[in-house]
Amino acid sequence: MSSLAQKKGVGAVIWDYMTTVDHKKIAILYLISGGFFFLIGGVEALLIRIQLMKAGNDFLSAGLYNEIITMHGTTMIFLASMPILLGFMNAIMPLQIGARDVAFPFLNSLGFWLFFFGGIFLNLSWFMGGAPDAGWTNYASLALASEGHGIDFYALGLTISGFGTLIGGINFLVTIINMRAPGMTYMRMPLFTWTTFVASALILLAFPPLTVGLFFMVFDRMFGANFFVVEMGGNTIIWEHLFWIFGHPEVYILILPAFGIFSEIFAIFSRKRLFGYTALVFATILIGFYGFMVWAHHMFTVGLGPTANAIFALATMIIAVPTGIKIFNWLLTIWGGSIKFSVPMVYAVAFIPSFVAGGVTGVMQAIAPLDYQLHDSYFIVAHFHYVIVGGVVLAILAGTHLYWPKMFGTMLSEKLGHITFWTFFIGFHMTFFIQHFLGLLGMPRRVYTFGADQGWDLFNAISSAGAAFMAIGVIVMLINIVITTVKNVRVGNDPWEDGRTLEWAIPSPPPFYNFAQTPLVRGLDTYWIEKMEGNKKGMVYAEPVGDIHMPNGSILPLIMSFGMFVASFGALYFQDDSKPWTLAVLIIGLAILFGAMLARSLKDDLGFYIKKEDLIEDAKRGGNTDGSK
Amino acid sequence: MMKGLTNWRLFALMTALLVFLAGCGREEISTLIPAGKVAQDQFNLLILSTAVMTFVIIAVSIIFVLAIVKFRRSKLGDDMIPEQVEGSAKLEFIWTAVPIVLLLILAVPTVYSTFDLADVTAMDSIDEEGNQENLTVNVTSYLYWWEFEYPEEGIVTAQELVVPTNERVYFNLISADIKHSFWIPSIGGKLDVNPENVNKFYLEFDKESALLDDGVYFGKCAELCGPSHALMDFKVKSVDREEFDQWVASMQEEVESPTDTTAQAGEAIFGPDGASCIGCHAVSGTGPAGMAGPNLATFGDRNRVAGFMEHTEENVKKWIQDPQQYKPGNLMPDGKSLNGGEEFTEEELDALAAYLMSLSVEE
Repeated sequence: MSSLAQKKGVGAVIWDYMTTVDHKKIAILYLISGGFFFLIGGVEALLIRIQLMKAGNDFLSAGLYNEIITMHGTTMIFLASMPILLGFMNAIMPLQIGARDVAFPFLNSLGFWLFFFGGIFLNLSWFMGGAPDAGWTNYASLALASEGHGIDFYALGLTISGFGTLIGGINFLVTIINMRAPGMTYMRMPLFTWTTFVASALILLAFPPLTVGLFFMVFDRMFGANFFVVEMGGNTIIWEHLFWIFGHPEVYILILPAFGIFSEIFAIFSRKRLFGYTALVFATILIGFYGFMVWAHHMFTVGLGPTANAIFALATMIIAVPTGIKIFNWLLTIWGGSIKFSVPMVYAVAFIPSFVAGGVTGVMQAIAPLDYQLHDSYFIVAHFHYVIVGGVVLAILAGTHLYWPKMFGTMLSEKLGHITFWTFFIGFHMTFFIQHFLGLLGMPRRVYTFGADQGWDLFNAISSAGAAFMAIGVIVMLINIVITTVKNVRVGNDPWEDGRTLEWAIPSPPPFYNFAQTPLVRGLDTYWIEKMEGNKKGMVYAEPVGDIHMPNGSILPLIMSFGMFVASFGALYFQDDSKPWTLAVLIIGLAILFGAMLARSLKDDLGFYIKKEDLIEDAKRGGNTDGSK
Repeated sequence: MMKGLTNWRLFALMTALLVFLAGCGREEISTLIPAGKVAQDQFNLLILSTAVMTFVIIAVSIIFVLAIVKFRRSKLGDDMIPEQVEGSAKLEFIWTAVPIVLLLILAVPTVYSTFDLADVTAMDSIDEEGNQENLTVNVTSYLYWWEFEYPEEGIVTAQELVVPTNERVYFNLISADIKHSFWIPSIGGKLDVNPENVNKFYLEFDKESALLDDGVYFGKCAELCGPSHALMDFKVKSVDREEFDQWVASMQEEVESPTDTTAQAGEAIFGPDGASCIGCHAVSGTGPAGMAGPNLATFGDRNRVAGFMEHTEENVKKWIQDPQQYKPGNLMPDGKSLNGGEEFTEEELDALAAYLMSLSVEE
């Protein structure tokens, strides 16, 4: 009997995805669920802009508006941007370093399911008594004053999904350190792998402070601890520090992988090696390093005193230097190249002016005394949307086009892709550019309404109109995905024709074991080197064809995450006297969790081998078998 | 000296021109039309940083546009394989060094100004007779309203800050409940109002607010503080020193009962034998501070009802009947519960509104 699975029915496919430990399938799960949350966050954004379309609008009530802005921010950061980027990391990074999977496939699956149930839990708050309403920053005094269970949904939901992200980060670090193919030295790693590496290190170091903060918050709200209760000697500023010690590196956790994706695109679509590869690598490391030293620039107006403000102002300005180095190296990469304006490249080219605009307003806000005016006004709203939409979201859209063929084996339509790009790009600038001026004209952020005749009416109307364009762009993209999937025109290994790194040397999508033979890496842009030397196979092999050891799939990660999900409901309602069942639910949930952990510990799972003969057989059929045993 | 003056004039002219060109908002609230030293310093930093950043943007744009115009594949042909350049140490040095120089240009005024704007050493300085040299205002934020106490003068007001022009006014900020942020955009940047500590800073007011269209500067809460965060507005009246002293003096006087009969009826309802509004709202300019509701001594002089509604008797009546409808989440009970379970009658509301409007300390 062959060790490779054959065609399956719908039910079997769903079961396969629920139990998969294959990094490429987990990537697809991340992409789909992250995309789903991205749409929810987008709808929330549209509701915000409808409300602020005109002065004194009553489309949303004050309380509901605060729930929507909180969920918009939280969803976009934790449930959309980060998971989608984790999806790309999962899909591509192991291929780029010539590995057959990540270091801990089981943990990879667990990380995904924790994120997924955390996200679902957070969003269920809409149907269970109201969403969190203290802003995505959840400042302690307001959060503790918030009635209902919204804040508890926030704290517990983010705790669960935070576990997932942390697990993912550790997994990628170990993978990159241990599982590089022979010859893949650190300084030959593609830039997307490098940024994955640094972002994972940031996840490892930045999430614990958030977890600590969330624990304090949960204890304050559920067990009457007084970490943040001023009357009892608590201090709310501690929350701000903990949150931003996490929150600022979080920005780099998002933007560094985005830089990675754009670095790949610039090189591929200019047919040119990255200019100043070494400088780009060290700039990435420096940004990650400085990212931990600037958190208090979110707190210039808190009253930390001039010494702290001055130090953090200067530290923040320094970050502009490595970021500038990156921008100029990208420009010099396309300089002298042969630029093809395919959809991913159009996004990458548009990213440069957008991100520079977001970067310069960042430096302006680093000037502490000036920030007293800009902080918590619409200027800051414009700034962070310029870096997050102009950087991260453009990277996500570009990455979707770039890696779609590698992940799914089909090409998204270039024509529809360009339509999405133009509507989204124009809408983006229309929505957010004008918001800089709203801030300068004195409009505070997070206001559910504004009075007429304060000089803000026209600019808000323009901003809202821009949001509609962005929505159209996203809808066209969805249509594009559906059409492409229905047409199902298969593509070869290197659909962009100028691929430079290992992932383009293998079939699209790759077989579930990735590389029948582990490649030998002979330099930076290893696939490009082989192509230029006329190597038809695209790879030099480091080993003969032999049996491959693969991990078995498992339903346990899903069960464990579900256990935490159930337990969270018990914890959430624990303080309500009207609900006597909470303790039972808490115990049941934890029993599911620990039972699954026990099962994992006691049952030996030795994986299975793909036989050499099956590999040779598979290679004859095209070598992109998708199934696992 | 002369040269300095012309330079300054030129700068002022340029500023005015810039404001005109940008069409920049309303004088009452725009940070682009600074009306005090603090806002002016911050505006100057805005102009300086914008200039430096414009330089950066131009440099990037030139390389960017040239690159995407010159090196298109449609121009170069499909078969062209570019030279695989590794990098250039010289260029790396240039684009590391130049930004560092630009940042140094920004860093110096940043550090200077950070310390300058935080300098409150003169706050408690006393002259030879033992009087305080500078005006200090204690600002306390409550869920959706602001209290302003003048400790040296022994007076308290709310929702409308009154300050003298052309002198430094010092502020002590603390919150009575959750975190807020005190911001008068055209006068100077914000400072958070924390529940656990007093934050101090100063502002200067250059222009009398009577010269503005609305007669007041607009102040805002800049930190999300619940449903009515957007409505937590206050107003600022800046008057010359003489007028300010007069205002203080009349605030310190005993309150006289109204002469008008409707207002007298209103006073009765307001008092302890009526709906006991006075349990939360003081009507005397001497306070005390820290009551559950805003001090109403200057109610008749105010620019807005509840900080944001037009100042009419009609709005006062609406507000008393159902405060939640206009400022969701605020702590004032509705008219019915204040009136022992019955809605106020139209006459009672008229009387209350007339009484409140009669509370005035201005001539």
